[in-house]
Amino acid sequence: MAQATLERADVETGRRARPRFADRDGLLAWVFLLPSVVYIIALVAVPFFLAIAFSFSDVTTGNPSFNWAGLRNYQRIFGDPVFWQSLKNTLVYTGIAMALIVVLGKVLANILVANFRGKWIVRFLVLLPWTTPVALSAIAWLWLLDSIFSPIDWVLREFGFIQGNMYWLGKPNLAMASVIAVYTWRTLPLAAVIIMAGLVAIPKDIVEAAAVDGAGFWRRMFEVTIPFTLPVIAVAALFGAVITFTDMTVVYLLTGGGPTHSTQVLASWAFIKGIEGGDLAQGAAVALFLFPLLLAAVIAILTAVRRMEVS
Amino acid sequence: MAIVEVRKLRKYFDAGGVHAVDGVDVATEEGEYLVLLGPSGCGKTTLLRTIAGLEVPTEGEVLIGGHVVNGLPPRARRIAMVFQSYALYPHKSVLANIVFPLKAERIGKAERERKAGWAADLLGIGHLFDRKPRQLSGGERQRVALARALVREPSVFLLDEPLSNLDAKLRASARDELKSFQQRIGTTTIYVTHDQVEAMGLGDRIAVMYEGRVRQIGKPVEVYDDPADTFVATFLGSPPMNLVPRDGRLIGFRPEHLLPEEIVSGDDRITLPFHVHRLEHLSGDRHLYGVVKGLGEETRIIARLPATVSVPITPDQTYTFAVHGYHLRFFDAKSGERTDPVRVGG
Repeated sequence: MAQATLERADVETGRRARPRFADRDGLLAWVFLLPSVVYIIALVAVPFFLAIAFSFSDVTTGNPSFNWAGLRNYQRIFGDPVFWQSLKNTLVYTGIAMALIVVLGKVLANILVANFRGKWIVRFLVLLPWTTPVALSAIAWLWLLDSIFSPIDWVLREFGFIQGNMYWLGKPNLAMASVIAVYTWRTLPLAAVIIMAGLVAIPKDIVEAAAVDGAGFWRRMFEVTIPFTLPVIAVAALFGAVITFTDMTVVYLLTGGGPTHSTQVLASWAFIKGIEGGDLAQGAAVALFLFPLLLAAVIAILTAVRRMEVS
Repeated sequence: MAIVEVRKLRKYFDAGGVHAVDGVDVATEEGEYLVLLGPSGCGKTTLLRTIAGLEVPTEGEVLIGGHVVNGLPPRARRIAMVFQSYALYPHKSVLANIVFPLKAERIGKAERERKAGWAADLLGIGHLFDRKPRQLSGGERQRVALARALVREPSVFLLDEPLSNLDAKLRASARDELKSFQQRIGTTTIYVTHDQVEAMGLGDRIAVMYEGRVRQIGKPVEVYDDPADTFVATFLGSPPMNLVPRDGRLIGFRPEHLLPEEIVSGDDRITLPFHVHRLEHLSGDRHLYGVVKGLGEETRIIARLPATVSVPITPDQTYTFAVHGYHLRFFDAKSGERTDPVRVGG
């Protein structure tokens, strides 16, 4: 009532009731978006363009003055076998880790949605790796895979599977397997939670109809739940791929790229070259190689998701 | 032998806090169309789902074909269910939807397609085989769901409100189709609905449920004419049965049985002054809202005059109406149960 009187007064006096700050959606949108826009520009866009600029220069940590170097950095990294080894490793790790993440993520998601006593503690344990800072967990793994004191070796020895030590991080193939295992272990919880969200969203009627229609566990899984969750699984795979592809911490802390660069990946090689080696220009050129590959992968998966979306 | 029977069935949820089904004994007869009718939350769907094996009973037994099936999963019960949402697989074509149960039984491709063709012919959906469910209308989806249920040749059909997603016009024709379809295949059917029109029209027998219990089970005409309690009396019928309190009892009569005295003849008629407040014209009938005195306490009631009765009625007038004594039903005012008739003055 008071409002109505006020409005009439406004109309009578010819004064326009000005919209308040909170009424102006367009302005509010910008105000709320601004922090993240600033954040993205400062921490993503600027370094990205800086890296592009560096890759065409001769900037080093010792001499930060910018001199145009053309494609010389690229020529040099292409001539370096470690670069090709890193590229190959990056692709292989990502591929294998992604496959493992999807399959194990689906299995874990099934466990997460299942109703059983003590499911909360299981959920907590499943999510734990994701919440642990990567440097901490990599160090924990460093100890688990230690060449002499590895508890994994100890268990295997006690059961009589091995004698002596495995030297997980000392042999190229075992080191690669170890790195892949740690990648998978880290990203699995996220993938499992994403897939779980997909599973929970399947209409209950459909799953029950399949049960009444006589479908057993495997048929229900392959003919109903997987087709339903395919877009979500693709998203989980995308996250897994991107995280694995761009991560340098695991390799850097576990193996340092060794033995003799056999586990080197693009991200760790870029860091070693650019920061530790001081050749910022070459480091930038190596790091930039991640970008087109990631972009292609993201576009491919998002397109696939779109096509697969079940109405 | 009853195809489906439940004995002393109870289903509690939330650690016994909710008694969804609270002691139900029902048995179907061979080939019959049994309708479970009741308002939302009365336990009818839970009862159906327990029969299907989608819920585990808290107590009691479910028998299908004479065998206790409590421990069997849904797929081993030889049942087929049509869900309220139809639950078609949206990523599969109509044909793939229909043959899905046959694939699950590992039946060969040729035989699968023969059966799918037979079911589709029966329901007239053969031309839709290549479509996806989202490209179908509500009525077509319902028929696909029926075909998917049919190909398994189940010993019992369980239908959970299959008409509730259809618009009113389609619902009437789909109801008719469902009934003739069931008569043709002759399979025992349990049908859940909250719609009394569907129940009266489709059921060979109706089990009226309320608060987890079956209040009455019988032929539609029995449940309508001889309700076992005031719940059944007022849940069935539109408008519901009028109930007039008198000496610790309720006297009930259907709105269509209270008519102007000049068209009610016979010795046992009881005449009543009826003060009409308001009048509605519905589908040719006239619904009169007003107050009666004389039968018991002064009570607001509704009378329904069929289109064939042309006695002029205007609001805010009192008329003499009459009802036959044999149309009166008597209930205990406290428990709501049927009681013996008492003499009411004419």
